[in-house]
Amino acid sequence: MTRIRTELFRQEAGKALNNRHLQEALSDFQERISKATATAFSSLSDAEGLRLEARRARMRAIENLDVLLDRLADKILNRGGRVFFARDAREAVEYCLETARRLGVKKVVKGKSMVAEEIGLNEALQEADIQVCETDVGEFIVQLAGEPPSHIIAPAVHKTKVEVGRLFSEKLGIPYTDDPVALTRAARNALRQRFLEADMGISGCNLACAETGHITTVSNEGNIRMASTLPRVHIAIMGMERIAARLEDHDVLLRLLCMGAAGQRLAGYVSYLGGPRQPDQEDGPDEFHLVVLDNGRSRILADEDFREILCCIRCAACLNVCPVYGKIGGHAYGHVYCGPVGSVLTPLLVGVNRAKDLCLGETLCGACRDACPLHIDIPGMLLRLRSKLADGDDGWGVKRERPAEKLFFTLWAGLVRSPGLYALALTAAAFLQRLPPGAKDTITRLPYPFHEWTQSRDIKRLDGRAFRKRWKELR
Amino acid sequence: MNGRKEATLFVPCIIDGMYPEVGEAMVEVLRRLGVELCYPAGQTCCGQPAFKAGYRKEAVVAARHFIRTFESAGTVVCPSGSCVAMVRHRYPELFRDDPGWLEKARAVGGRVFELTEYLVDVLGIEDVGARYRGKVTYHDSCDLLRGLGVREQPRKLIGRVRDVEFVEMKDSERCCGFGGVFSFKYGDISTAILKDKVRNILDSGADTVVGCDMGCLMNIQGILSRTRHPVRAMHIAQLLAGSSDALPSPARRVPHPPCR
Repeated sequence: MTRIRTELFRQEAGKALNNRHLQEALSDFQERISKATATAFSSLSDAEGLRLEARRARMRAIENLDVLLDRLADKILNRGGRVFFARDAREAVEYCLETARRLGVKKVVKGKSMVAEEIGLNEALQEADIQVCETDVGEFIVQLAGEPPSHIIAPAVHKTKVEVGRLFSEKLGIPYTDDPVALTRAARNALRQRFLEADMGISGCNLACAETGHITTVSNEGNIRMASTLPRVHIAIMGMERIAARLEDHDVLLRLLCMGAAGQRLAGYVSYLGGPRQPDQEDGPDEFHLVVLDNGRSRILADEDFREILCCIRCAACLNVCPVYGKIGGHAYGHVYCGPVGSVLTPLLVGVNRAKDLCLGETLCGACRDACPLHIDIPGMLLRLRSKLADGDDGWGVKRERPAEKLFFTLWAGLVRSPGLYALALTAAAFLQRLPPGAKDTITRLPYPFHEWTQSRDIKRLDGRAFRKRWKELR
Repeated sequence: MNGRKEATLFVPCIIDGMYPEVGEAMVEVLRRLGVELCYPAGQTCCGQPAFKAGYRKEAVVAARHFIRTFESAGTVVCPSGSCVAMVRHRYPELFRDDPGWLEKARAVGGRVFELTEYLVDVLGIEDVGARYRGKVTYHDSCDLLRGLGVREQPRKLIGRVRDVEFVEMKDSERCCGFGGVFSFKYGDISTAILKDKVRNILDSGADTVVGCDMGCLMNIQGILSRTRHPVRAMHIAQLLAGSSDALPSPARRVPHPPCR
């Protein structure tokens, strides 16, 4: 398993806030990509209609997952491919390792895959003495740097070109340059060799289609196509929810994916893969394996309150508009899935108590819901997660957090239902606020637990004459 | 229709306790337009703070009290987008397993309007006869913009204020980092988001930033005050209450019937 560090959210967020390079990189990136995406959507004649259609198709697919996955598997088996349903990360990793062992695999080339990150596949392969090379340029950079990706689509968005220049000169032995074109060429030269040497290609799966029995991979560098066709064996790993029932649905989702991810009508390379090389085909692997991963997803599926998150097509449009992600970057979330979608998915996958800062550390501004091609109600789900933290939840094994806060709101509830007491409390609080010697209208320092507000902001004192009193004179 | 305009006021807790002058400004604007107002004295809080922090049972207590208080009212007007969004969109979720209360919640939700929404969409008024000398920019509050879909109404109203020079700031639709409990719990992230907002306000060259939600304005004003920027954060009701001599019939007192 990859290391989960959601507990360190505050610490990591603090570091990110103090990293000037990161702040600039995130700000530039969000500015550029969110506008490109918005422009792409506005160029459609009926963007809203398309989004609603896609949402309906996604919900339908998720509600019929068992049937659809069977249909997909049957078609792939008929073409000579193999399908493995993995209940958890361990099973999925074991399957990949066994396949690699059986075929004597020494070198693997990989396409970018969040699911592979989720199950910690790279670490497991390396422990088994198998070399793994990430082939997406962004992933290649973070792999060289020994870091996890920090964005679903742009894994190295947190790195500046100067940092990449230094990294390449150190690890690839090229003279230092920060020219993006030269750096890309250097990566390409390094990767070509790896493609030719690899015995196995591993990829994720952007979408699958039950009707046709194929999976789809999308990239702008062509690297996934190389990884899935050059080596003699290809393993694709998909989260069990990434399936569409019909080709028609699939194509709508593909368009939305490319638009949401990069503001493109279609990505540079889109491959439909449904099995190993057939006798009449020239290219393709001898063996094709599809690993379908559950790893907590069926539990999410079983809960009507959170099922909707399985509609996510991982386009990262929500990350690109989120004010919080735009300040703290992806690493602070401490898990593969970051940003708004990660704030819902991570607690559900790793434990709500463990990931409590992800549920609470969002402003609920709703920009993510608007940007999502499928209008997934991320703020709504965050609110439901917060209610589990507030009151505990047996179904999800959540322990109640913050008993003092609970007490505060219990008292508050007593006040809001008794207007007389409420008015009295307001008057008393306003009076008490005036008591300290030298008390002014503006408070510059609030006591714990409100102190974080006044680190950077002043706040007004309660007015001794609340509106409810003034109204009597206004009448 | 005899042309009589009446509305029931809902003055949210932040305005009631901290910014009563905003409530007064709203009264001033509505009276000038000849709206008969009533203010149910039993009102407290819509429950938003508890709901957003996750305390649903406590939010239900507040929601029931709100519904009881405003059940018999006609049109309810409130100078806060987030409180209206709470009543209109979140109450149905709170009562989703309670058909009796759900029906009542929906009924009240259908009659609650945010101030600018009420002025422009319900009364059909864009010119409230206000005057304000200054360069004004507008911040879109998240719940108002994305929850209620109110974007043009405040801009139309500001556009008709005499002597105002209106400028759009960059990213006016981006969150100011308030988020209620978020700004208290994650002060440093909130501040980082807020600093961008303030930079955009200052870059616009405006001397006044106007909004429709005191939560955001409290946040923005808080840092402006700390950093001693002379820019003023102002609720739209205050801007619209600024009187104008161009108004055909000067502000008149309208008698207030007791609340039903």
